Amino acid sequence: MIYFDNVTKIYFQGAPAAVAEVTLSIKPGEFVSIVGHSGAGKTTLLKMLFAEVSPTQGSVFFGEQEIPRLSQKDLLKLRRNIGTVFQDFRLLPTKNIYENIAFALEVAGKSDEDIRADVPHVLELVGLAEKIWNFPHELSGGEQQRVAIARALVNQPDVLIADEPTGNLDPINAHDIVEILKRINDLGTTVLLTTHNKMVVDSVGRRVVTMDQGRVVRDDSHGAYVL
Amino acid sequence: MSAWTNIKRVTRYGLVGFIRNGFVSLAAVFIMMITLFTILWVLMIGAGFQSALHWLTEQVDVTVYFTTDASQAQIEQVRKQVVALPEVASSVLISREDALARFKERHANDQVTMEALAELGDNPLGAALEVRAKETSQYASIAKNLSDFQKNTSASGIDKINYQQNEHAITQMTSFIDALRVFGLTAGLILAAAALLISFNTIRLAIYTSRDEIGIMNLVGAGTWFVRGPFLVSGILYGLCGGLITLLLSYPLALALGPGSEGFFPNFNIFTYYTGNFALLLLVVMGGGILLGALSSYLAVRRYLKT
Repeated sequence: MIYFDNVTKIYFQGAPAAVAEVTLSIKPGEFVSIVGHSGAGKTTLLKMLFAEVSPTQGSVFFGEQEIPRLSQKDLLKLRRNIGTVFQDFRLLPTKNIYENIAFALEVAGKSDEDIRADVPHVLELVGLAEKIWNFPHELSGGEQQRVAIARALVNQPDVLIADEPTGNLDPINAHDIVEILKRINDLGTTVLLTTHNKMVVDSVGRRVVTMDQGRVVRDDSHGAYVL
Repeated sequence: MSAWTNIKRVTRYGLVGFIRNGFVSLAAVFIMMITLFTILWVLMIGAGFQSALHWLTEQVDVTVYFTTDASQAQIEQVRKQVVALPEVASSVLISREDALARFKERHANDQVTMEALAELGDNPLGAALEVRAKETSQYASIAKNLSDFQKNTSASGIDKINYQQNEHAITQMTSFIDALRVFGLTAGLILAAAALLISFNTIRLAIYTSRDEIGIMNLVGAGTWFVRGPFLVSGILYGLCGGLITLLLSYPLALALGPGSEGFFPNFNIFTYYTGNFALLLLVVMGGGILLGALSSYLAVRRYLKT
């Protein structure tokens, strides 16, 4: 379903490759943890999947679609089919929680009735139904990350990308987030998780891809955090 | 999803954004108000100058004085010659009787002159033809044409043409009027351009604070117009509010300056101009505000829109 075909990314001439000759395939419904030190190339690899970065060499495929060659219209469609969660949450600060999640549905063209039904439902799923009218700055880091997950999930994407989702969270909140991600994966969504948190990777206990200096150095189907 | 649903959503987000970003909106409205206020008053003062220039122009003419024994046919011949000139805007014939009546009216309080006139018995004044040109710069050619006519016609009936007497004053006034036009236009344009630039940059700054937000919208797959739309709505609201405040503030100001403006510009009252041309000024201020707000937002968001 997702295929990185000998992908290299060099940000500017003379700089070392952020990602070097990576070939990786991910099947539907997999939970893949991508681990490695800071600067190993994990985030760049994921950014190529939702076309925030284009590869210098090689290509990335999502099903039949070659991502770097997509038109702007198809790219927007792709992004609506890939949920994204980041370390810094990236919520819209001037919109309340309901509006933050509704926004993702509105851009996907959902009707007002669907939005009114789906937003409370997805917030219940992440345990934040009672904070629906709060603004992001009124929530804790863990709660904001759960809102980000809710927003990423609400369009029922095929893939959920979580880039260091626990990086700003304490261990208890980090554990809660991982449990939510596992539940989402159990429902059939492919999850790609980058982290350098050993506890997180070990508690997931699924496929682990290890990166170092832009290259994939290990790919274990039932791995643990090994650097 | 229908276009109408999209428009509703974009408008709602624009309106909500305008209210929630209260301080930024306030600053943008304030700057927009200063811009529109400048444009409105440059326009109104410009109209005052235009009226003054018109008045000044009307003070200038070329007068052809006829001899007291000039026949009606001679006078008519000169008049035909004048009317045929393309530079001539209008001409007024003052008969000998009218000239005498005017003279008497002008010197009604001058006992000595009136007694001298009475002693003469007969009307000593000839008829006159007052000629107005379309442009003050055209008087010289009209005067030359008439002068040539006088020289080439044996019995033209013309006594004198007063252009030579007024030539210096007319030339001076023509250059003054031209200089005033250029100065007024340049000063007005510079002021308006400066105000527009400040306004544009303020809106850019307001949108700069939302650049991360625009990035997030891109990331969740929002189309260009879904991202840009709310900012356009907010920009239009800055313009509408700024325009409304400008018009409201200008009413009492024009009222207060009205009598003073009459002393400064002949035949021009700024309050009368404001109320008399309100529909046009409303269109300029509100239309300008909407256009400026929308255009500034459009260009500013474009900078942060990427896929």
